[in-house]
Amino acid sequence: MSDLYKGYRGEALEVLKKFEALVWCNVKITSNEGVFRGTILPRSETADDLHIVIKLISGYNVGIAAKKITNIDVGERKEAHYKIPEKAFPYDPKKPNVKLLGTGGTIASRLDYRTGAVIPAFTPGELYGSVPELADICNLDTSKLYGVFSENMGPEQWIGTAKAIGEEIEKGIHGIVIGHGTDTMHHTAAALSFMVQDSPVPIVMVGSQRSSDRPSSDAALNLMHSVKTAAESDIAEVMVCMFGPTSDEYGLLHMGTRVRKMHSSYRSTFRTIGDVPIATVSREKITLMRKGYKKRRYDRNVTINTAFEEKVSIVYYYPNMKPDIIDSLIDNDYRGIVIAGTGLGHVNKPLYPALKRAKEKGIAVYMTVQTLWGYVQMYVYDTGRDMMELGVVPSANMLPEVAYIKLCWALGQTDNLDEVKRIMLTPIANEITEREPSNGYLILQGGLPEVEEFISKYRK
Amino acid sequence: MYDFLFKPFEEMTSEDYQKVGFKSGLEVHQQLLTDKKLFCRCPAGKYMHQYEAEILRHMRPTLSELGEYDGTALMEFKTKKNIIYQIHRDTVCTYEMDDTPPFEINDEALDISLLIGMLYRCAMIDEIHIARKQYLDGSIPTGFQRTTIFAVDGQIPYKDRIIDIVQVSLEEDSCREVSDIGHKRVYNTDRLGMPLIETVTAPQMKTPVEVMEVGEILSAMVRSTGMVRTGPGAGREDVNVSVEGGTRIEIKGVPSLNRIPRLTYNEAMRQWNLLRLREELHRRGINKDTFEAKTVNITKQIRKTSYTPINNAIQENKSVYCVTLRGFKDLLRWQTQTDTFFAREISDRVRVIACLTTLPNIIHSDSMGENIAASEWQIIKKHVGAKEDDTVVIVWGDIGDLETASKEIIIRAKESTIGVPSETRQALKDGTNGFERILPGADRMYPDTDLPPKRISEERIINLKQYIPEYFWEREKWYNELGLPEDIIRPLSISKYAMLFKKAVKEFKIDPVLAGVALIQYPKRLKRKHLDINKLSEENLSEVFKAHSEGLISREGILMYMGEIARTGSWDKENISPVSKTKLADSIKEAEYEVSILKVRNHEMEKRIVLSEAMKKLRGKIDGVKVYSKIFGNKKD
Ligand SMILES: [Zn+2]
Repeated sequence: MSDLYKGYRGEALEVLKKFEALVWCNVKITSNEGVFRGTILPRSETADDLHIVIKLISGYNVGIAAKKITNIDVGERKEAHYKIPEKAFPYDPKKPNVKLLGTGGTIASRLDYRTGAVIPAFTPGELYGSVPELADICNLDTSKLYGVFSENMGPEQWIGTAKAIGEEIEKGIHGIVIGHGTDTMHHTAAALSFMVQDSPVPIVMVGSQRSSDRPSSDAALNLMHSVKTAAESDIAEVMVCMFGPTSDEYGLLHMGTRVRKMHSSYRSTFRTIGDVPIATVSREKITLMRKGYKKRRYDRNVTINTAFEEKVSIVYYYPNMKPDIIDSLIDNDYRGIVIAGTGLGHVNKPLYPALKRAKEKGIAVYMTVQTLWGYVQMYVYDTGRDMMELGVVPSANMLPEVAYIKLCWALGQTDNLDEVKRIMLTPIANEITEREPSNGYLILQGGLPEVEEFISKYRK
Repeated sequence: MYDFLFKPFEEMTSEDYQKVGFKSGLEVHQQLLTDKKLFCRCPAGKYMHQYEAEILRHMRPTLSELGEYDGTALMEFKTKKNIIYQIHRDTVCTYEMDDTPPFEINDEALDISLLIGMLYRCAMIDEIHIARKQYLDGSIPTGFQRTTIFAVDGQIPYKDRIIDIVQVSLEEDSCREVSDIGHKRVYNTDRLGMPLIETVTAPQMKTPVEVMEVGEILSAMVRSTGMVRTGPGAGREDVNVSVEGGTRIEIKGVPSLNRIPRLTYNEAMRQWNLLRLREELHRRGINKDTFEAKTVNITKQIRKTSYTPINNAIQENKSVYCVTLRGFKDLLRWQTQTDTFFAREISDRVRVIACLTTLPNIIHSDSMGENIAASEWQIIKKHVGAKEDDTVVIVWGDIGDLETASKEIIIRAKESTIGVPSETRQALKDGTNGFERILPGADRMYPDTDLPPKRISEERIINLKQYIPEYFWEREKWYNELGLPEDIIRPLSISKYAMLFKKAVKEFKIDPVLAGVALIQYPKRLKRKHLDINKLSEENLSEVFKAHSEGLISREGILMYMGEIARTGSWDKENISPVSKTKLADSIKEAEYEVSILKVRNHEMEKRIVLSEAMKKLRGKIDGVKVYSKIFGNKKD
């Protein structure tokens, strides 16, 4: 019943009921303003209860104030159901087999033109229908693991995805692509970097910053880049594959533990922090940017370790933070705390007693830097040394989110804090590096003549 | 059925247009005078000639409702264009480049729009919804234009009838095209995102001149608000034309209204002649089922030609294709528009769709003798198996483009057996039009999920009502009664000073001709002196008029003080006081004294010099006539 008046409430619903006008009916509405002809559309749940929305014949939508409506002539009702066209994905025995695991982000999709809703394309047939170029690269198979928004990804999904990867590798897949919303893609990339070790094949995470219902979307190109990487590259790492520049030119392959989303909306939002990406990828070729990475192997061996402790938190320090923030974590039985400290890794003195309590309670406390670039260095100032006395462990140049994921993973494996420390400080997938190369920190400053010259020569 | 033959433009009568069933409607685009753009806070109306950086994008078609790529989409995809945007930080932010979601709609632009909607006597929309209208040509980096309908069903008077306004929308302006060569199209982005309204009329105009006249009325109406931009590019028209049995064709981007009559005449003729062509094809037994064509690679056969374009192509390792159109003999020379033939329809498609942009891009056997040698035509026709009543078309370029080109030649030829294909066309300088793109499907409009609907409150509408200007034609009627000069009636009726004029005449009792000339002609004179006439605010001018009405400044003083305002932004109104009889006498005495030193012999001449010296002291404050009569006696009155 409610679907017949979908989304309408209050005044607007009363008027629709009075004239027996259901959504998807063709109508002629007479109001104090004039006469409007079109189709009644469902109303968004978050919109007010004062207006009725119709799609005019010209394709435009308009809202008409319910209280001004004097009559509705109701015509034919026609509800459309939208489906992505399925075209069998061609199979070529000479091409590598790639598996796409879906977690929820829509990489390919099509549009319900009447409501603007995006309908995800996911099966191989649907994907072939919308990005036919994929068939030139590989034989593609898909499975949908989850259907959650990026921000709702958590331990359950990380563990499930890691296990699914393990199964695919055992079956002898050539490469794996993971479709993911972009907001927390770097958290998942870190989780998979620790849970899936020594993979023989590329594991490539991909998403889109502009949904694929728009002609300028980055989705199709990202998908092609990621599938190409999974099928053809010799890089057997967990990677994030997203736009390099905002232009439609090439993607970057970022190491899963060194990557971060750095802009709320730009296409080229993902950047490798404190290092350089592994490679660039275009539709034509993959070009390496560094040597140190694990090479593709032709066995089916992989270590899946999905241990995970959920009682871990990140504390983003700010001046004048009160100790009750730490105390509340202690009182709520948290087992691990990652601090994103200022500068080289600092917090203020009033927090010390709380940190001392944490140590006494056997809570693992790790220090990272909120500057993102650079190493924690707690010997330079007395305050740093004081904190180490209090049991705070410096985590070198591990990114705060990566340290958080790794601490969850380490505490999942052992209660022994020395063992946790050994795990935390032993690099597994470049989450800690011995050195920051001289081009590992580059944020070009707009306005400088030399930078302006650079961006005038190279497409952003 | 199509036995009427188009006459030259000048000889066509209303009855002739009635015979072919001429019907035309307008879509008038007008930029609004706002400080900022529509969905971001970049400045509006700032134009840049240089750029600092470039961004490259491709426009990928999205699936339509039926799960198919629609006509336009498919075509644009075939062309595989690299779209380059030239950007400058002063005019463009990350919003226009589709790297930041839209900000809330510009309320200033919305107010102006609502006002214009009310001026058209439209039904106003209570809650506006932002839509996305897809454009795959790259003219907007997102691939769609954000647009919203705020008014429908208006009326404007024309001659003894009413022209219906179907709808009025507020939308963001697109990029300006810099170039489109081969696979690369370049856009300047300064104008992108500026607020624009689009007024759509019903197709109720029956002759080309009517279309222009209705365009003039619409343009004058929006300008009469004083809240729209003027100048090159600020107003642009799209014109829809159809004839009986033809198709509604949209001619895009007509830059000025006086180009409309010839453009619509030529489009009507084109449609009519295409229908006649169909009749001829059917007479020859060629319809969409019997239509036959084939493509052959003739690179080898033609490699020794002396025809330069093909010769150059072969030197560059390109290929040459030949398309045979069965039974089409002489039809590529079938007239479509003034001095334009069916071959142009084909050449246009090859240019736009296959990106073969260097002209000529095709040659054909209906124009033998103008390009390759007759003997070469014979060799080729024999090689491809063309018969006497066939036409062959030759096209050259990269092999990938040739595949598209040869298919497109066949598509366009086959369409001629069906009628007038749906497409948008571009206005050309000579009054003809050329193919622009296949008309997009109805699917190209869908809701913008980035912005919520926006309620237009009744208070907002009531508040705006006080700013609705009188109709310009009513103003003109009054101006005629006042006896204003012919050439300032229309400009004044749509001028931002129209309200001030009324005040000057009714409240300050100023001579209407003086006020009219001051408001319309003086700014032009000052502009010629490179002064900033934007500084002539209604407030400033009102003070000047008031001062004149109080006798503080002379007629001549009006121009003088307007000049001062245009130069400095204000005028020295504090030091204006009426010139008393004593002051006048003193000034003349002073002048006489100064002149007496010069010892001028001729008495008449001496008086003239005194007059000029006295005027220097009194200029702008008192009428020259008064000074004259004081010096010379009352002769001049
Ligand atoms: Zn902007």
